[in-house]
Amino acid sequence: MSRFESAFGKGRPALVCFITAGDGDTAANLDALVAGGADVIELGMPFTDPMADGPAIQAANLRALAKGTTTADILALAAGFRARHPEVPLVLMGYANPMIHRGADWFAAEAAKAGVDGVICVDIPPEEDAELGPQLRAAGLNMIRLATPTTDAARLPAVLDGSGGFLYYVSVAGITGKQQAAIDSIEQAVARLKASTDLPVAVGFGVRTPGQAEAIARVADGVVVGSAFIDIVAEHGEEAAAPLKELTAALAKAVHNARETVA
Amino acid sequence: MTDLANSFRTQPDERGHFGQFGGRYVAETLMPLILDLEKEYRAAKADPAFKAEFDSLMAHYVGRPSPLYFAERLTEHFGGGQIWFKREELNHTGAHKINNCIGQILLAIRMGKTRIIAETGAGQHGVATATVCARFGLPCVIYMGSTDVARQQPNVFRMKLLGAEVIPVESGAKTLKDAMNEAMRDWVANVHDTFYIIGTAAGPHPYPELVRDFQSVIGKEARAQMLERTGKLPDLLLAAVGGGSNAIGLFHPFLDDPEVAMVGVEAGGHGVETDKHAASLTGGSPGVLHGNKTYLLQDEDGQIIEAHSISAGLDYPGIGPEHSWLHDIGRVKYLPINDDEALEAFQLCCRLEGIIPALESAHALAALPKVAKEYGKDQMILVNVSGRGDKDIFTVADALGAKI
Ligand SMILES: Cc1ncc(COP(=O)(O)O)c(C=O)c1O
Repeated sequence: MSRFESAFGKGRPALVCFITAGDGDTAANLDALVAGGADVIELGMPFTDPMADGPAIQAANLRALAKGTTTADILALAAGFRARHPEVPLVLMGYANPMIHRGADWFAAEAAKAGVDGVICVDIPPEEDAELGPQLRAAGLNMIRLATPTTDAARLPAVLDGSGGFLYYVSVAGITGKQQAAIDSIEQAVARLKASTDLPVAVGFGVRTPGQAEAIARVADGVVVGSAFIDIVAEHGEEAAAPLKELTAALAKAVHNARETVA
Repeated sequence: MTDLANSFRTQPDERGHFGQFGGRYVAETLMPLILDLEKEYRAAKADPAFKAEFDSLMAHYVGRPSPLYFAERLTEHFGGGQIWFKREELNHTGAHKINNCIGQILLAIRMGKTRIIAETGAGQHGVATATVCARFGLPCVIYMGSTDVARQQPNVFRMKLLGAEVIPVESGAKTLKDAMNEAMRDWVANVHDTFYIIGTAAGPHPYPELVRDFQSVIGKEARAQMLERTGKLPDLLLAAVGGGSNAIGLFHPFLDDPEVAMVGVEAGGHGVETDKHAASLTGGSPGVLHGNKTYLLQDEDGQIIEAHSISAGLDYPGIGPEHSWLHDIGRVKYLPINDDEALEAFQLCCRLEGIIPALESAHALAALPKVAKEYGKDQMILVNVSGRGDKDIFTVADALGAKI
């Protein structure tokens, strides 16, 4: 069984947690997320031009780069994480240019070597899959694709083709950290997606509180939270681990038990 | 007629690739819209009514055709080939940017979009976008780096007079690249009603193609005007390259004329050997930014490096994908020109021809001292004077230590 299959196969919804590599004490922060109950980790690769991100994650990208975070540092963070947490799936998430700059083959091989399970690339849609998808799959990594409110039925098969791990449903047409979508539109969208794929569907963008996370966990296989963690790192700097663990625990409780409280 | 297999004018392919460059590297949210735009553009291109409306606005609103002018005193000054100007600075709003804006706003209206956004560097594209929005009664939001807001004050005020909202962008180096990031963030959040009028021949397919097609009015006119006035085609074309729209607009109709040489002038800033320039072909390498694969200024990790140019319109770390392709296959040569050389050419053009060129266009003019002598008196060099320099007088005064 792959790490994703175990993480999404626990008989309850999964909590997916995003932080930016190189922002604050990343290794300690990752450990705090796991200790708090994160089921899947998304590690953001900072980029100078994060076009799909709102102010919080933009600022995290710039903080990480200002500290001199390199691709080698990110891969080392991933390898360290894998050594400490053999079971928790790890996803690298970012933009195309840093991933393909030394060659997609190089990136895929290094990521696999570091124990990464999957990659989310914001600006490689299925139409440009050749740039990175085949190289990832050849290295045994999952290309995790995004579906959005604008992904219509005609496009969905192309989005699913070659994708793996889980399907990330971006619940709002917009950038990270902004407003949240209405829960019934999320429910409809997830149902539509699940009719077309056996992959677990995780929902993100705009999820900040345990209450929001719980509502989504009732209708989806996973909930992705990012900007709320980034805000904590922004506020607490190198000392963010404790408050990160606290928020993660609250979110995990809400997500993991969401289905039980419905009845 | 050149046969298709040997033509340089059949790019991009159906996936929007110019050789290895171009493409559609955008977030999934935008993808359906981009596909829609392409479909609508194909339909518009085949629709005689669309072309008729475009042509009519070009003639009566923009003031086309723009003149072809023999620059007699500059020719004398350099003592080489004849120097001719394509006078895009005489267009309504003072630059070539309006050609593209007219085309795109007609597309936006065809698609039923009700809100327009754009990025701007020098402010010329912002002014042109604000102008067409006023003309067609659509609300307009312009993203502009706060550094550029400071150095292009006249254009900021013009945009506001035209009814646009100008949003200063504070991220990154606060110039064109950052304005483009912010415009894309707005677009992704408002795809349902918003049309993004990209100001140069870059961005995701089909933008590089459609901007080129709209700007090709420059080269088509110039070709006909040259033949009519001199009976010959020019021997050399010169144009400044920021994202590359005025250059590709001039070059494209001549690409299959093997006797016509072409030089695109990149902004060399303080020198391409320094870390302060905007010469992405001379000093960059291929990568992915803003929806397309193209030459970029970047470090060994693929992080984008800030560009520098005295000219806000050239201050961008990338270039349109068709130029990357033309560079790689060698059909067009690209030459960096430094800030000080552009300033020199700016002043020379003012004094010898009575034309105040945009600092962007001054980069193209600054190639003349390097190339004019290589051409004989019966040969012709055609320079695209892409815009007028009124917007730049404060920057130039500052650089020359003058007070106004
Ligand atoms: C007068 C003028 N020329 C040239 C440019 C550069 O753009 P492009 O390379 O797209 O022509 C600009 C951009 O603002 C401009 O205002």
